[in-house]
Amino acid sequence: MPFPGRGGSSPLHLTAPVRLIMIPGPATCRFLPAQTMPKTLIIVPAYNEEDSLPGVIRDLGMHFPEGDILVVDDGSRDRTAEIARAAGVGVVRLPFNLGIGGAVQTGYRYAQRQGYDIAVQFDGDGQHVAAEIRELLAPILKGRADLVVGSRFLKRGDYRPPFLRKVGIWIFSRTLSAIIGAPVTDTTSGFRAVNARVIAFFARLYPEDYPEVESLVLLHRAGMRIEEKAVTMRGRTGGKSSITPIRSAYYMIKVLLAVFIDLLKK
Amino acid sequence: MDIVKLLAITGSAGVLFFVLELIRRGRLKERYALLWLAAGAVLLILSLSRGLLETIAKLVGIYYPPSLLFLVAFVFLLLITLHFSAVISGLSEKNKHLAQEVALLRQALDELKRSGPEHR
Repeated sequence: MPFPGRGGSSPLHLTAPVRLIMIPGPATCRFLPAQTMPKTLIIVPAYNEEDSLPGVIRDLGMHFPEGDILVVDDGSRDRTAEIARAAGVGVVRLPFNLGIGGAVQTGYRYAQRQGYDIAVQFDGDGQHVAAEIRELLAPILKGRADLVVGSRFLKRGDYRPPFLRKVGIWIFSRTLSAIIGAPVTDTTSGFRAVNARVIAFFARLYPEDYPEVESLVLLHRAGMRIEEKAVTMRGRTGGKSSITPIRSAYYMIKVLLAVFIDLLKK
Repeated sequence: MDIVKLLAITGSAGVLFFVLELIRRGRLKERYALLWLAAGAVLLILSLSRGLLETIAKLVGIYYPPSLLFLVAFVFLLLITLHFSAVISGLSEKNKHLAQEVALLRQALDELKRSGPEHR
């Protein structure tokens, strides 16, 4: 007996018989055929984000309802998973904390297994704006890019980083731009969209500790096309950032080292 | 027989015996014992044959031959710890994949349960 989708006896079953053998994901009902509406998964990594998560899910549901939401609870000690479940979105709960890299990769593995065409990484702390997802997706839908990074620095916004952070951002940006051979302004952005090629790549290989910068180098070396789109960034809506000055310095050194080691890898 | 030689022989023989005993009891896997066995064997041979020890020491420019034993032991320990670092890296990667797999399976199970008993 096949699993019916969320929509019960929707015409989906006649048009897309392949989907019948799949375990239904956190799907909202899709009425459009697959050619016009690529299957999109929004991966929301969340670690102790019970305060901001409801707002994030509401924002996504309101401004990008065609995407399925998957919250990856990275071993939170608060009610992150319960809240996501109550909101009716998909939840993958890691048995212990893996860190952002391991959590995000879990989302990509899910996306690959469920056959998603596009995945969007969207932070669970509320700093990203769901209404901008469509803009982020445009280069991928046109087949122009494999990965699109949402950059805070391409347009004048209210995001004013402190001085030291600014220096760090500049160093990263210069290093990455030199390696990739095209300007990259926001190397640490966790707001990104990828196509199926990159989903498969990330499901297999995704850096662990501070993955955003390193993953750009890996993708570039794998011949993927990277593009940036201007986005706005909100302040946190709740919870606490994991970034402190000492950690930032340690982070910078470690990531730069990892980037150079990546360049030496076969 | 001088004291240094006696100490070196009992030391390396002791290591060799202890490692073999751990393997025999199944407390140490052969894969992780190879470097230990090699270290024990090489040190034992060098301890037993003063002539060999002195020849090699002279060859690499070490004035006091028994300190060659320290050098050899040190190099082996370095190799062993490096080997452990590589093993730990592999284990942590596997550990991560297991955690991800568990999470994905649990999600699939929840989804299956929610889709109702009639579809099981």
